[in-house]
Formats: sequence, structure tokens, C-alpha cells
Amino acid sequence: MTDMPLSSSVAAPDRKPASLLEQDARTKARNAAERRFRLYGIAAIAISMIALVVLLATILTGGAGAFRQTYLNIPVELDAAVLDPKGNRDPAEMAKVLTLSYGRVLDAAVEATVARHGIQIEGLSEDDIDNLISKEASAQVRNRVLANPELIGQTVEFDVLTSGRIDGFFKGRVTMESAERDSNTSPQQLQLAQELADRGEIVTRFNWNFLTNADASDQRPEAAGVGVAILGSFYMMLVVLVLAVPIGIAASIYLEEFAPKNRITDIIEVNISNLAAVPSIVFGILGLAAFINFAGLPQSAPIVGGLVLTLMTLPRIIIPTRAALKAVPPSIRDAALGVGASKMQSVFHHVLPLATPGILTGVILGLAQALGETAPLLLIGMVAFIRDHPDGLPGGLFDPASALPVQVYNWTQRSDPAFIERASGAIIVLLIFLLCMNVLAIWLRRKFERRW
Amino acid sequence: MPLSWALFASFLLAAAGYVVGRSRAFATAGPDVRRLHSRPTYHGASVGLAALLPALAVMAAGSILRVAGVLSDQTGPIIGIVALIAAIAGLGFGVMRIGQQYQARNVVEHMVLGLLMLCSLIAIVTTAGIVLSLVFETGHFFRVYDWKTFFFGTEWTPRFQGNSQLGIVPLLWGTLYVSAIALLVAVPIGLFAAVYMSEYASRRVRGFVKPAIEVLAGIPTIVYGLFALITVGPLLRDYFAQPLGLGNSGTSVLTAGLVMGIMLIPFVSSLSDDIINAVPQSLRDGALGLGSTPSETVRQVVLPAALPGIVGAVLLAASRAIGETMIVVLGAGAAAQMSLNPLEAMTTITVKIVSQLTGDSDFNSPETLVAFALGLTLFLITLALNVVALYIVRKYREQYE
Repeated sequence: MTDMPLSSSVAAPDRKPASLLEQDARTKARNAAERRFRLYGIAAIAISMIALVVLLATILTGGAGAFRQTYLNIPVELDAAVLDPKGNRDPAEMAKVLTLSYGRVLDAAVEATVARHGIQIEGLSEDDIDNLISKEASAQVRNRVLANPELIGQTVEFDVLTSGRIDGFFKGRVTMESAERDSNTSPQQLQLAQELADRGEIVTRFNWNFLTNADASDQRPEAAGVGVAILGSFYMMLVVLVLAVPIGIAASIYLEEFAPKNRITDIIEVNISNLAAVPSIVFGILGLAAFINFAGLPQSAPIVGGLVLTLMTLPRIIIPTRAALKAVPPSIRDAALGVGASKMQSVFHHVLPLATPGILTGVILGLAQALGETAPLLLIGMVAFIRDHPDGLPGGLFDPASALPVQVYNWTQRSDPAFIERASGAIIVLLIFLLCMNVLAIWLRRKFERRW
Repeated sequence: MPLSWALFASFLLAAAGYVVGRSRAFATAGPDVRRLHSRPTYHGASVGLAALLPALAVMAAGSILRVAGVLSDQTGPIIGIVALIAAIAGLGFGVMRIGQQYQARNVVEHMVLGLLMLCSLIAIVTTAGIVLSLVFETGHFFRVYDWKTFFFGTEWTPRFQGNSQLGIVPLLWGTLYVSAIALLVAVPIGLFAAVYMSEYASRRVRGFVKPAIEVLAGIPTIVYGLFALITVGPLLRDYFAQPLGLGNSGTSVLTAGLVMGIMLIPFVSSLSDDIINAVPQSLRDGALGLGSTPSETVRQVVLPAALPGIVGAVLLAASRAIGETMIVVLGAGAAAQMSLNPLEAMTTITVKIVSQLTGDSDFNSPETLVAFALGLTLFLITLALNVVALYIVRKYREQYE
């Protein structure tokens, strides 16, 4: 390749031989160009690798915090006079007691705890103490009391959520300097939190609630979770699985094995490859116009999301499925036909089983793509703020729900930076699901792939 | 949900039909099963399908009529009952047909073929649905808004009190600007990565790098969007925009373009990889045999031969970039303006579709309907790019086959 000087010296010995050890200028230039070209390639790959690593690293470090949550452990005296004014422990009567009253009970409990430990901090206001705990905490206590009315009148130990700022302090997001400029917290409050943590009253531990809770309002990021989103995504994937997979495989079988070569099949084929490249947001517009405005299905419902994703995923399932069917050698079909099978039998008894690993791989990758898709779901109302978990199947398909990627988008639109942590956490959950699906696809391919 | 119960019941009936049909077939065969034209399972399947298909047809027709408003919403149970009657009738008919000479296999195969054909038509129906819904609503829009102002207006100021300026030009500019930056990042990097991997890399390097780049392709775009929002945007603002005095916006064209470029790298590289690998080895061997270095071979032989395919790949990438939503929603900003400064926030067609169609909106105001006109524009642009690109790629593939 680069040994021109050598060959020329062999072919023409009379000419002044160019030295093997000393390259002439032209060879040097060519070799330098070769090295440069190689370097560009390495640089391109390095840039992609670095981008991948930085991308994953920022998301992982940013989102790890969402899986840990800070709790304050306090004994709460559940005063019967406040929480059950009629004194009859009737759940219907008690349900009328507002969260606000529970808030007052909790405030008293926090103040008592601070007093019990004898913590003295200069400039610490009563608000600082009361705001130590999340606004969600009173709802937390209320739910537990309503579920278990005997607790009233007793002093019960509660692990209540601390406020988002205190949580951020223990995760390093909030510092004394940032607290100076923050109207929602103060350095004194953080000092108090530190004192309580030193005494073991405030603990940070694994946050199961993040995986089960619903979304929470703007003021209480500490209570927000991806429970509804996971459920919604799961329902949508179910719809896609039930509709897109059989239809996609059936369409591919027809096009690959049975379709006559004519104009109509040609149009269908061009159509499918074009549909695969239509921007996903256009499918969202279709869903809005066809399923919601025209068919009158409810907004934000997983069934609509599932249908939109089905239409979007179909071409992405058909293309790899056809490739898998095409990869089965014709000799298999010929042999089946030769021993008297019908065309249909040769396909369903011989070609399809042999193509199954390839088809499954394609299907799983198509589902993974559908799971991560956001844009079309924004248009069919899945961005709405949803506090309640959808029902079980099949009714839950028509209840409003969120989806994991949409929940991420939703949280990026909130003002409190604590939601960015939640958004990254939700992405970690999403990526774990995607990773599992991809690993499954790769495993299937490795295990069952056949070369003919 | 009476319809879902009817659906469930018809599936049960179909299963029962299969069992009944199969045992009937055995019974009619007498002592020697070979007397049947078709195997008993085919008789069973024919009865099952005869029960299921009419019921499904009734339910589909009923739902369509209900959606179209011909039938009222209370007709659900009636449709369900009619569907069940159809299923039972089909079952009876199917059972009656069973006999030694009955060609069950051919019947079943015809029905299955019909089903397969129906499924492949869904792609056409989807396209028709997209085109119809877009064209229909766009027609609405142009009835309440002047089309000349839409296509040539340079101002985008939607106001929900009315009197909005809805010109597409600034959105188009933002879209093309972001896409151009994305392609400037993705095409060289993707192309060089593909060349290196197919011409230079050892098996081991290839086995590691190729899946890693595929990981980039598997990451959902919302993740890239968040990356743009929390990492790249602030970085560009603090280290470039503010020191250079070019603005102080966290979202900018450059942010969205860079991140979108990263997203497109795997797309460009895997397409180009296929195309470069399709160039016959004999061309390379010829060039190398004449004494050219590997890089000369790539530059003067492989790339020119692969050029049409690569152009197709770039066009496909461009269509992806134009239609990409989440990265620009989170990275590019919402201000509709035309400026050359890449560090300023600008907006794109997809961003505006999202912002006009999310939230409470009145479906008769031009401010909402404009989203459909934007959608149609987007659809037509990407469609044109795809058709050209797929044509080029296909034509190119045939050249070496």
C-alpha cells in the first residue's frame, strides 16, 4: 500500500534507488494524509462516545437523588378535640376535618420535637420550624388516621416528608449560600435540620414512594412520584402489544409471502416506508383529530395513547419483520411445498417459526421506541396534571393517566429545581425499562440467530 | 363496557366452535380419519372463524356507525347482542357444513389470507387518516384565516383574544436553522465514524463501538431534551453567549442544534455504514492494488461510489431533524424570531404545534387550527424529503446488486 518506493526500486535498479529508510516528500505527505484521515475517524468516534458518556452521566448523577428521600421522625399527638370534634370516631364525620387542622397538629408536633431536643438557633422563626416538613405531610397523616380511626387520642410516631428544600440540603442541592437568597428556606432552618439530623431524627433513605406516588403540585416536589406514569405507560404498551404486534406481523406475512407484485402492493410498500419516517408529532395530530375530536374518546386516556403509538409503531414492526421473513432461505419453502404442504402451511408451519427470533427482536425494539415516545402524547392531553391512579384493566384504559416520558416533560416545565431531579429520576426509570427490553432483544438475537 | 363483554363472549364462542367442529369432524370421519378432505383441526378452525368473523364485523360496523353519529351512544348493548347473535349463527352455519367432502382447509386458508390482507391495508388507512385529518382541519383554518398571511407573514404573535399574526416564515427559519446546525454536527461525525468502522477498525473495536453508537440511537428524545435543558443550554450561555455578549438565553438554536446533532450521529453512521459496505470489495482492491493508501481509496473510490446513497442518508437525517420535537421544545425556546445569532432562542414548527395544541383550546379559533396547517406543512416537507431520499437509496442499492 505505502510501499511504492520499494517496488519502484526493485523494478528499476538503475535508477537512483530511493532509500527504504528515508521517505521522499511525496510519500511523507501521503502518509501524513493517511494518518490525519485515520485521526478524523477516531475523533468522530471519540466525540460520539464522549457525548454518550456525558449524557448518561448527567442524567444518572442528576437523577440518583430522586431515589432517596429525607424524612423527619416525630411523635405526633393526635388530639381528639381537633381531629374528631364530635367524638364519635365516625369516619364520615372525620372526613370533614380538613387537611389544614392536621397541619396545625403537625406544626405543634414539630415544635415540640425541637423544644424537646433543646435546640437553640439564633434568628430561627416559628415559620422556619413549621416549614421544615412538607405541605404533603398533613395529607399523609390524615390518610393514615382516616384509615385507622383508633389512632386518635394517642401519640403516634410518624415518618413525615421534610420539605423539598430540606431534602435538597441533605442531597447537596441546597447550600447555606443558596438559602440566603431563597424565600422558601433560610440558613437557620438548614442549621436546625442539621441539628435534627445529628440527633438522628432526620434520616435520608431509599424512596419507594417515588415509584408508586402520583404527581404532586408545584409546591411539593418531595411528594411527586412516577406511579401513575408507570401505570399509564404500561397500559399503553399493553394496547400496542395487543394491536400493533399481531397486525404488524400479519401485514408483513402478507406482503412478504403472499402479495402479488402489482401496483397496489407497490403503493402499500412505499407507503409503509414513508410512514416509518413521518415525524411522530404528526401521529399526535392524527390522534387528536381522529380519536378525540372525531371518535369522542376521552383525553389523556391510555387507550388513545396506545392507539396513536400503535399506528406509529406498525411500520417500525413491519420493516424488521419483513427482513426476518426474507432471511429465511427459499429452500425451506420449496421443501415444504415439495412434500405437499399448501402455501399457507409452508408459511405458518415452517417459515414463521424459523423467522420468530428475528421477528421478536424487531417487535421488542419497536415497543421500546414506542415506550420512549413523547411528542404525540403531548397533543392528546397526557400532559394534564393527574393525581389519581387509573383503575385496573380494562376500565383503567379510559381513565386519565400520564406516561413516563410525558411526566419528564411535565416536570421540566415546573419552576422548582427539585423537579429537575425528579425528571432525571423518571428518566432513569424509563432507561431501566428500555435497557431491559434491549437486553432481551439482544439476548434473543444471540441465542436464536441462524446463519443460512 | 357491554361491547367488551360481547367481544369476550364471541372469543369464547369461537373457542367453543373450534372444539365442537373438531369433534364433529372426528365423528363424521367414522373409524378412518383419512376419509376427511381436511384434517379435523381445520374443521375446528373453520367453525371458530365462522363464529368470530361475523361478530367482529358487526361490532366494527356498529362502532363506526356510533362514532359517525348515525347510532346513539346508548346502542352499545344492542350492538353487543346483535354481534352475539351473529356469532351463534356463524357457529351453527359452520357446524352444519362439516362433512367428509367439505374442504375446510381451503376455506380456512382463504379466510386467513383475507385477514392478512386486511391487516396490510391498515398502513394505507393510517396514511389516509393523517392526510384527511390534516387537510380537513387546514381547510377550516384557511376559511377563518388568510392563506397569504400564513405562508408569507413574517410575524408570529398568537393572541387568544383574536387578531393574531400567524406567519409561518419565522418558524420555518428556526426549523431550518436548527436542522442545519444539527446536520453540520451529525453528518461529518457520523460519516467519519462509519468510514473508520468499516475501513479501519479491528473486529474488537468494531464490536465495542458499534453497539455503543446504537445505544445513542435507542435513547428517547426526551432524554436529549432534558440534556439540552439542564446541561448544554446553561453551558453555552455561561461560557459562550454571556462572555461574547451574544445574549443570555439558556435555550438557543445552537443548544438544540448541537444536541440534535448528537442524536442524529447514530442515524447517519448506521445508514452510511450500510451504504459503504454495499460498495463492492473489488473497487477497493483495485484502488489498493494500484498503490493508493487506504484513505485515498476511501476518498477517491469508495465515497464517490457511495455518494448517492450518502446523499439519501443525509436527506433522511434532515427529515428527522425537521420533524424532531422534544429536543427543540426543551432546547430551542419559544420566541418566534428571525435572527442569524445562533445563541438566541428561536422556535420551530414542531414547538408551535405543541404549544398551540396543548392546554385548553377552542377548536374553532385560528390560533388552534393553525397547528393543523403547520402539521400539514411539516408532513409535506418531510414526505418530500423521504420520497426523494428513499428513491435515491433504492436506486443506488440496485446499482450494485
